[in-house]
Amino acid sequence: MGKLIMTADDSASMREMISFTLKNGGYDVIEAEDGRDALSKISGTEAHMLITDLNMPNMDGIELIRKVRALPQYKYIPIIMLTTESQDEKKMAGKAAGASGWIVKPFRSEQLLTIAKKFLN
Amino acid sequence: MSTPNPSITFLHEAEDLLVQIEEIILEIHSQDAPSEPVNQLFRAFHTIKGSGAMFGFDAVAEFTHHVESVLDKVREGEIPFSDELSELVLASKDQIKKLLDVSQGGDPVEPGSSERIIAALSEFSKGSAGAPPPVAAASAHRSPAPASGHQQFSIRFKPNPEMMAFGTNPVSLLNELRGLGECTVSANHQDVPTLADIVRDRCYLSWDIQLFTTAGINAIRDVFIFAEDGSQIDIEAVGAPEPASADSSANISAVPKGQEKTLTPAKAEPAAKDSSSSKKASSNNSLVRVPSDKLDRLVTLVGELVMNQSRLSQVASRVDLADVTAPVEEIERLVSELRDNVLGIRMTPIGMAFNRLKRLVHDLSGELGKQIDLITEGAETELDKTVLDQIGDPLVHLIRNSVDHGIESADDRELHGKQRRGRIRLAAAHVGSHVVITIEDDGRGLDPDKIRAKAISKNLIAPDAQLSEKEIFNLIFLPGFSTAAQVTSVSGRGVGMDVVKRQIDSLRGTVSLASQLGGGTTTTLTLPLTLAIIDGLLVEIGSDQFIVPMALVTENVELHKADRARNNSRNAVAVRGDLIPYVRLRSLFQVSEGEPDIEKIVIAQQGEQRVGLVVDRVLGSHQTVIQSIGRFYREVEIVSGATIMGDGRVALILDVAGLVHSVRHGAAHGTHAANQHSPEETARR
Repeated sequence: MGKLIMTADDSASMREMISFTLKNGGYDVIEAEDGRDALSKISGTEAHMLITDLNMPNMDGIELIRKVRALPQYKYIPIIMLTTESQDEKKMAGKAAGASGWIVKPFRSEQLLTIAKKFLN
Repeated sequence: MSTPNPSITFLHEAEDLLVQIEEIILEIHSQDAPSEPVNQLFRAFHTIKGSGAMFGFDAVAEFTHHVESVLDKVREGEIPFSDELSELVLASKDQIKKLLDVSQGGDPVEPGSSERIIAALSEFSKGSAGAPPPVAAASAHRSPAPASGHQQFSIRFKPNPEMMAFGTNPVSLLNELRGLGECTVSANHQDVPTLADIVRDRCYLSWDIQLFTTAGINAIRDVFIFAEDGSQIDIEAVGAPEPASADSSANISAVPKGQEKTLTPAKAEPAAKDSSSSKKASSNNSLVRVPSDKLDRLVTLVGELVMNQSRLSQVASRVDLADVTAPVEEIERLVSELRDNVLGIRMTPIGMAFNRLKRLVHDLSGELGKQIDLITEGAETELDKTVLDQIGDPLVHLIRNSVDHGIESADDRELHGKQRRGRIRLAAAHVGSHVVITIEDDGRGLDPDKIRAKAISKNLIAPDAQLSEKEIFNLIFLPGFSTAAQVTSVSGRGVGMDVVKRQIDSLRGTVSLASQLGGGTTTTLTLPLTLAIIDGLLVEIGSDQFIVPMALVTENVELHKADRARNNSRNAVAVRGDLIPYVRLRSLFQVSEGEPDIEKIVIAQQGEQRVGLVVDRVLGSHQTVIQSIGRFYREVEIVSGATIMGDGRVALILDVAGLVHSVRHGAAHGTHAANQHSPEETARR
C-alpha cells in the first residue's frame, strides 16, 4: 500500500507533526518547505494527496493549489489546505483555486488522519 | 530518535523566527512601502501563531494573533508601518519570547504586560477606522459556538452533479454534519437515471437533513463551503432557539473581521517602551544552546564508550597481535580525547556561584552592621556543572561563618589595630585534576583553647587528649560541634561545619582549615573537576575488584603476612617513619578465599589524614565511569558508586572517607576491625 501524500508547510514543527502522523497511518510522505518547493517536487512524482499551508514564502498555498490543479495528473487528487482560523475569504480563494477541503489549525493528529483516510480510502 | 517531538521543534523554530523578526524590523525601520519585508514579518508571526496553537502554546498563539492582525492590515495597505508600530512589534516580539520562556519553566510574565501590548496593537488596528471594513458583509464571522442551547436546522443539500470529480465526497460532508449534532438524513433518489444512463462520477442524489445542534448556522455553512458551486444548499432554522440565543440566519451578516478579538478597552496606553533595551540580549551568535539532559546523555554515552574501549584493550592485550594492538591504542587515544572534550562542554565557570555570594556578603554585613569587602579571584575557573550545582550551599555556609564569626565589628577591629573594613577573599584555581577554592578572612581567627574546651565539654575528645593545632581545628567538622557562643540568625543553628564536610566528601572533595588567632581563618575546599569519570586504581580482594579514586592514592606498600602477625591488633604500618593505620578490606568485606602471603597496602590521603587499605593485589589504573548505585545502597557509606569492568563485571568504588568513618564507628561499638584506637585517632577528623 503506502499512498503518497505531499505536505507543504514552511513551519518545520508542522511538517514534522503532519509527516509523523501520516507515516504512522501507513502513508508515504514527501515534505516541502514552501509552494515553489512543493510544486517542483510534486511534478516529479505521483502523489495521491496534497496537504498545504496557505501562508508560505516564495509561493503561497493558493497559488500552489492552482498550479497543481493545472497539472493533468493532479486534476482530481484531493487537496487539503491548512488554515489558521476559519478565514472564509481564504477558503473561498482556496476553493476557487481547486482545493477539496481544509483543516483549521490547531487540529489534532487524529483529525488529520481521519481526513486523510476520508479522502484516500 | 524514533518519535519526533514537534513541540521542541516548534520552540527552536520560534526562537529562529523571533531572531528573524527582529532583523527584519530593524531593517525596514521607516521604509515607505516595505511590502516584502512586511509579508515576511506577517508570515513569521503567522507561523508562530499557527504552530504554537498546534502544539499547545496557547498563550503564545493567542497573543501573536493580535500582532498578526495588525500586520495583516499593514500588508493590505490599510495602515502604515510607522516607527511607533515597529517599536510595538518589537515589544511584541520580546513578549512572545517571554511567553515561550514561561512555557519552558521560566519566570512568569509581568501581569498585564501582554494586555497592555494587545491594547496598543488594537489602537493601531483602529487607526484604519476610516477605511471600509476589510471583509465584505457576506463573509460570515465565525463566532464561537453559542455556549448552550440546541437548535434544529432543516437542510436540503442537492450537490453539483460534478462535485465528485473535484475530489469532494458528499458522504464526508454528511458525516461532518453528523459531527455537529444529532442528525437525521434522508436521501432523495428520484433523480437517479436508469443504469444505462448513469454517467460515472456524477452525483444524482440529494439529501434532506434534520440537524439538532448547538453549533450556529455558520458552522453548518462551513461544512458546505467547498460544495457550494453549482449546488443547492438550503439551511433553515426550525423554531426558536432554546435559552441561550443561538445563531440564526438573521445574524449571518456578521461583525467586521478585525474586531473579533478586540476585547480590551479602547483607552490603551502606548506600548511598553522598554523593548529596545532587550535588543542586545540575544546577541550570543557564537553560542549554541543545548538542553543539559542532552549533554548528560552524551556524557553517559562517552562513559559507555570508555568502558567498552577498556574491554577492547583488555582483549587486545590478551590476543597480542600487532595488527590489533595498533588500532586499539589509537582508539584508546581518541576515546580519551573525546572524553576530555565532552566533559569540557559541561564545564562552567565558578563565577556564577561567586556572584551569588557577593550579594550575600553585601546583605549580611548590612544586617550585622559590619563593613566587609568580598574579593573574588579566579571566577573564570571552570568545573563540572554537576559539581558546581552542589557546592553552592557549602560556599554559602562558609561565607556566612566568615561574616558572622570571623570578621569583627569595625570598632573591635580598630581596637586590634586592624583596618575598619573587614576583608574576605574568595579564590578558585585549578590544581592538577582538582579545583581548589579558598575562603580567607582577616577576622579574629579560631581559638584552639576554646575549641578544645568545647570539644571536651561535648565529650568529643578525652580531657587529656594530645592534639595538634590542626587536629583541634578539625574538631569543628565533627557532628554537633558549633563554635558560636550564641546562635545568631546568620550562621546556622546546630547545622554546622559537619554538614559542609559531608557535602564536600560526597563530591569526593576535601575541606581543611587553617587559622591564626587574631589573624584570620582560611578554609580550603579541594574538589574534583568532574563526577562522571575518574581515574581509579583497580584493586582485587579474592575474586572481587574495587576501585580506589586515584586522586586520593599516594603510594602502595607491601604487607607481609609475618609482619601482620607481629604487630597483630595494632593495624598500623610504619611508612618512612610515619605510623599509618590501615583497614583490611578482606575482613571488612568478609572475603575468606585465597589469602595471599604478601598483601598490598594502598595508602590514601583523605584530607589531612592518611589511611592504608589492605588489598590482595593492585591491578593498575583504570578509567572509571561512575555509575550511581541504587537507592537501597545509598546508606552504605563505604561505597560511593560502581563501575562496569571491561569483562562485564561490576567493581565497587570505595568511598575512602566513609570507609574510615565506618571502621571507626564499628570499632567504637566493638563490631568491626578489631583494633583499638587511641584517643588521638578517634579525635582526628
